[in-house]
Amino acid sequence: MSRVRYEAQWYSLEPEESVLDGLLRQGVPVPHSCKAGVCQSCLMRAAAGAVPEKAQAGLKETLKARNYFLACSCWPEPGAELEVAGGGDELRVPARLESLERLSGGVLRVRLRPQAAFEYRAGQYLTLLRADGLARSYSVASLPREGALELHVRLLPGGAMSGWLSTEARPGDEVRIQGPAGDCFYLPGRPEQPLLLAGAGTGLSPLYGIARDALEQGHTGPIWLFHGAREPRGLYLVEELRALAERHGNFHYRPSVLEGRLGEGVHVGSLDALIRDECPKPVGWRAFLCGNPELVLSLRKKLFLAGLSMKDIHADAFLPSASGPGGAGATPRAPDASR
Amino acid sequence: MSTVYELLGGAKAMDAAVDLFYRKVLADERINHFFEDVDMERQAAKQKAFLTMVFGGPNNYTGMDMRKGHAHLVKRGLNDSHFNAVAEHLAGTLKDLGVAAPLIEQVIQTAESVRADVLNR
Repeated sequence: MSRVRYEAQWYSLEPEESVLDGLLRQGVPVPHSCKAGVCQSCLMRAAAGAVPEKAQAGLKETLKARNYFLACSCWPEPGAELEVAGGGDELRVPARLESLERLSGGVLRVRLRPQAAFEYRAGQYLTLLRADGLARSYSVASLPREGALELHVRLLPGGAMSGWLSTEARPGDEVRIQGPAGDCFYLPGRPEQPLLLAGAGTGLSPLYGIARDALEQGHTGPIWLFHGAREPRGLYLVEELRALAERHGNFHYRPSVLEGRLGEGVHVGSLDALIRDECPKPVGWRAFLCGNPELVLSLRKKLFLAGLSMKDIHADAFLPSASGPGGAGATPRAPDASR
Repeated sequence: MSTVYELLGGAKAMDAAVDLFYRKVLADERINHFFEDVDMERQAAKQKAFLTMVFGGPNNYTGMDMRKGHAHLVKRGLNDSHFNAVAEHLAGTLKDLGVAAPLIEQVIQTAESVRADVLNR
């Protein structure tokens, strides 16, 4: 049996139980969301004891060096003792909600202003924490120079964070943010290299940032943005993106729906078929893929087989939140809005 | 004599080699079902380690890793024919990279030395 010391108290862990699950089981409220080592909501710092290597996978080197780890991916050796210095509080930045606006029936645009320095690159994601510790991660759609952070929040029935944001939250409300994380962002250096951006649903969020970032950084090669949705009402920012395409000859915007009427400039059919038609030979291109894991993983494989190098494919699969409103031990339920 | 690894340009050439090799493997109906649900990035990292080893680059290859890593695939029917298909793509990759036939033969022989470990015999 291993033990964890958290806020001046020892808690024992069951065999095969992660630090996060053990603490939640014993009623300790710990911010968390994906439970898969990705969103980093459950970040903690160890004061003493060995941190398993796996618990630091995906963390920045600077955080690893300071003994930060992810509680959801931390399984101490049997008999080991781990003392937690604190949650990720010291890494969290207070922020105020600035505006909440529907972009479509199912997507809310949330703008918030950090109350302290918050550095990020367009396309990365952050964790949003409500005052009570409820945490969800969202991709950032804004550009650093814009000041306010923009998130696209998918509204899901029963979603804890998205429900709160869409009904109760008001401009001026205080939240905290943590991050950023993720390596789905534009790097300058090869301005002529064609870019292929594809995503479904709120997968548009990081792509909206990446496309504008690339254009502002003087990218000269073609930039293709494919946005997929089930139905036309799932598309959003359509006018903004069409206007962007009018202003930049190298930017091509292709909205696509699975079900809908032909015409009106929206493709009807599968996203990957559209991509194949528009970009039949993407050898040497750079790709950014964001949204639900099935789409992202299948597109990654198809584009790799079509000739893209592995290092040129940046994929960000949005994981659903694994935490039900009842916390640990709750039965599986509809996943809350992740990103 | 320099190794294939050095000939190709060392560590920085390995990513391109993995791209070629992995693409051939994924496109091959005889074996791609073994790669259906694997994490592509993790898989590419393993292939990089494997190619580095058979090309004569710095490695810490152990037969145990190969055994453990393939045991679940042997249960799913991994056999000599699949090993041969992978070896074929290894040779094809080197050919694409412009490596001369005698050197390719050498690499294939090195790969041959892990056959028993891969097939858990």
